[in-house]
Amino acid sequence: MTDYTDRLRAAARRLLGEGRVDCFIGYRRGSLPLAAQPAILTRAEQADSLIWDPSCGMNLAHYAVGRADRIGIVATGCVSRSLVALALENQVARERLYIVGVPCTGMLDAGALRRRFPGREAAAAAYEGPRVTIAFADGNEELAVAENLARPCRTCAHPNPVVADEMLGEPVASPAVPAVPEEAAAAEARSAAERWAYFCEAFAHCIRCYACRNACPLCYCPTCFVDESRPQWVGKSSDPTDTRTFHFLRALHLAGRCTDCGACERACPLDIPVRHLTSRLNAEAKAIYGFEAGLDLEERPLLDRYRPEDLNDFFK
Amino acid sequence: MRTRYYERDAFPPAVAELRRAYRVFVPVRRGDFHAFAEWDDSVRPDFDYRKTRVPPKGLVFPQSERLLVFSTDERDPEHDILREAPKDFPPQAVVGIRPYDAMAFRVLEVNFDTPEVRDPWWLRRREATTLIGLARADEDATMFRTENYAGPFDERGLDVIVYDLGRGYLAKALGEKGEAALAAMGGDEPAADALREVEERIARAATPELPAGRLRAQPAAPELPTGRLRAQPVVPLFEAEFWDEVAAPCLNCGVCTFLCPTCWCFDIQDEVRKQEGDRIRNWDSCMFPLYTLHASGHNPRGKKTQRVRNRFMHKLKYYLDKYDRGVMCVGCGRCVEACPVNIDIREVAARLNGFGEQVERHDR
Amino acid sequence: MIARDRNPYLPYPVRIEEIITETGDHSLKTFKLVFLDPADEARFAFLPGQFAEISVAGKGEIPIGIASSPTEKGYLLFTVQKMGVVTSHLHSMRPGDRLGLRGPLGNWYPWERMEGRNVVIIGGGCAFSTLRSSIVYMTDPSRRPKFKRLTAVYGARCLSLLLYSDRLDEWKGEKSGIDMHVTVDAMQESEPRTPRWQCHVGFVPAVVKEKIKDPTDAIVILCGPPAMLKFTLPVLKEAGFADGQIYLSLENRMKCGIGMCGRCNVGGKLVCKDGPVFSLAELGELPRET
Repeated sequence: MTDYTDRLRAAARRLLGEGRVDCFIGYRRGSLPLAAQPAILTRAEQADSLIWDPSCGMNLAHYAVGRADRIGIVATGCVSRSLVALALENQVARERLYIVGVPCTGMLDAGALRRRFPGREAAAAAYEGPRVTIAFADGNEELAVAENLARPCRTCAHPNPVVADEMLGEPVASPAVPAVPEEAAAAEARSAAERWAYFCEAFAHCIRCYACRNACPLCYCPTCFVDESRPQWVGKSSDPTDTRTFHFLRALHLAGRCTDCGACERACPLDIPVRHLTSRLNAEAKAIYGFEAGLDLEERPLLDRYRPEDLNDFFK
Repeated sequence: MRTRYYERDAFPPAVAELRRAYRVFVPVRRGDFHAFAEWDDSVRPDFDYRKTRVPPKGLVFPQSERLLVFSTDERDPEHDILREAPKDFPPQAVVGIRPYDAMAFRVLEVNFDTPEVRDPWWLRRREATTLIGLARADEDATMFRTENYAGPFDERGLDVIVYDLGRGYLAKALGEKGEAALAAMGGDEPAADALREVEERIARAATPELPAGRLRAQPAAPELPTGRLRAQPVVPLFEAEFWDEVAAPCLNCGVCTFLCPTCWCFDIQDEVRKQEGDRIRNWDSCMFPLYTLHASGHNPRGKKTQRVRNRFMHKLKYYLDKYDRGVMCVGCGRCVEACPVNIDIREVAARLNGFGEQVERHDR
Repeated sequence: MIARDRNPYLPYPVRIEEIITETGDHSLKTFKLVFLDPADEARFAFLPGQFAEISVAGKGEIPIGIASSPTEKGYLLFTVQKMGVVTSHLHSMRPGDRLGLRGPLGNWYPWERMEGRNVVIIGGGCAFSTLRSSIVYMTDPSRRPKFKRLTAVYGARCLSLLLYSDRLDEWKGEKSGIDMHVTVDAMQESEPRTPRWQCHVGFVPAVVKEKIKDPTDAIVILCGPPAMLKFTLPVLKEAGFADGQIYLSLENRMKCGIGMCGRCNVGGKLVCKDGPVFSLAELGELPRET
């Protein structure tokens, strides 16, 4: 994957230098090992600050929303799907986007790596091909990226950009994987009471910081329902019912829209499995309507269309 | 000044003795994280923890707290009259709190206990709280020192400091509250070698070692660079060009503020169930646009950059100028670690602190 | 100020004694409030310029400037514009209903500095409330001798949006002790009420330019919408008023009103506690973020 850094810098330098785009959205090296920081470049000479490695996990599509200029952006499968979904919802204009596509082999779960080596401080990380070497004060650890993937990457069915203006490499094979994460699938096998207990426990420690919502590229409402005061739909205290209501409603607002990029879980400071709700709705959309969000610029969003053969047995 | 020594296995039982007179809060493992929880029979304390994910500030300043109650039932002669929610403030001991989290209460107190008004709930709960700190040189790479955190053996915010010596713990009372707590814990006088070992550990920690080969966008600083901040005039800092760049990756979530032990902003909300109402205080975040939105629709901090700037200016400049007791940060590094887009207060502080220098260079 | 030993979040219970619809569009009403416990009135000792948090049980609180003067005993007046959740509910309430009142909060106009000096009062729109308090306070026979010349300019969009019509009649009278200039942006064709006194037509800054010319030994207190402030301040500066002579009252979203919840800051200053009244000189040292 490291190869792409040079190609990415060259592409950004060219696009900015030739005035093809007004800004370029990518990642730069973060302040911590295993961290990358989204960056919005506006000058060609900044291109060398860009990086591409398995720490580049946060969904960049978020930063394309609300911009009026011409945007260059580096996109994996999930970023490109978010851009497609946003274009269909008129939040970004395809003609103002220049998508530099990267076939993706999955991003690391930095939190899990830190926890895998408790009491040891990662001082640096270096990536080479499918492996990452983490430097600790007392020696190095070499790991396979594929064995330490972030949760959404473990079940990713669309690693290649679905739309791109140029590609930095050849497409990778799409693995056949279940659409529902294992943990959620396991929960489904249980009884309703057990599932409720699982849900209550899994979301019990939510602090209502809204990182899941804010990290989500598709959560762009100018005023989120939790922030409405007239009427106030949801209480603002840490009351468990209000917290659950927030998560349920947010998931339902993403039905047929979520591209399962996992930005929500990546952002959550308490490791709450936010995707369990959305991925279940995604599975539903696929099973009932054969629909996956953000794959096709020509296909209207699921809740935006009607076909006679759609499931309609809920009409009484 | 009472000192006591506990063999490793004897420490939890000694802490358990406190449960006779205090509600005792201890670090417990919760999934991949640690959190403070009341020590009842369902939890097991884990004193080997390094840092809780959510700081223990909520033990004095709960995320949601019922302040006032009222009835809206007009048949009630007292209807629509707000009164204090009945509650008591039993003595509580927070055992295993780390020195930075204890110092955070000293940073917070100037907001809630002022020469003009006093917050009764914060103060009563703080008064009822005894902080029994755990001192061990195990700072992680996201941590740093500030005027309000001198390192893992900083005892300024504590009532008792407990040095983890590996084979056992040496506890030292630091005031009346601490004397009382330590008396309740029992234990023996420490041997001379244990006392000597504490001295050695403190001396070693005075010069922190950094892991070799650390990669950073900016050089790592064990000390938050703030030395020049006091002399910086506020308006040029506020108008500095770098704020847009600092704020660009920010998602405007509240992680940094909710996980910060020194952030105190709150909201007040009324909630009514049938005809019984509560006035509730909830943690709020300066990262949220709603925080400053006027009813008219005007918002003085409607833009992301304005909110990010306010957060850092409050922590690193306004607080410093207003109270003259350091910056509003105890170096715990939770915001550095948990920020989804790796905005690092050390880098922002370096920009603020170095701001004048850059201007001078431009002038020349 | 709330006494230090009192729970600053606990409102005094009050009753709505009377509701006066001030403006033709019904957007502004003045609420006359009476303490349920008469002893609370003494605890609520205030000076003009201060505000209070009006509390509607179940809806929340809203910071509102005190429109009555400390010289008006037995009640308090608050003029409230219908705007958000709490104020909308307040506008639907009736005499006899109960509210809570927390305060007095914030600082006040610079009364010590104003004594012995000429005072200029400039107000526009619904922000005139604390200036009403100030004018009643200064023109009270017991206090009038403490001030030299008093001049006021007060403007609204049209006649039907002028507040306190009963008081305006009084202030425009010859013996009122204040030189009162009232202006409306435009005269409507069908005004419900024609005043007995002369009314200017034009914006506040234009009237200020014509009537306020002498900065000697004067203090200006100013409260109004942003556009009025924006165009009036240069007029005052041109007339020779220094930043230290001009005081304004700011508004920001507030919750606690006592400087703890954090949101109303302008730079390091909290509008609810360090303000709402600031001199232009003080504001010049703060970041511009209103």
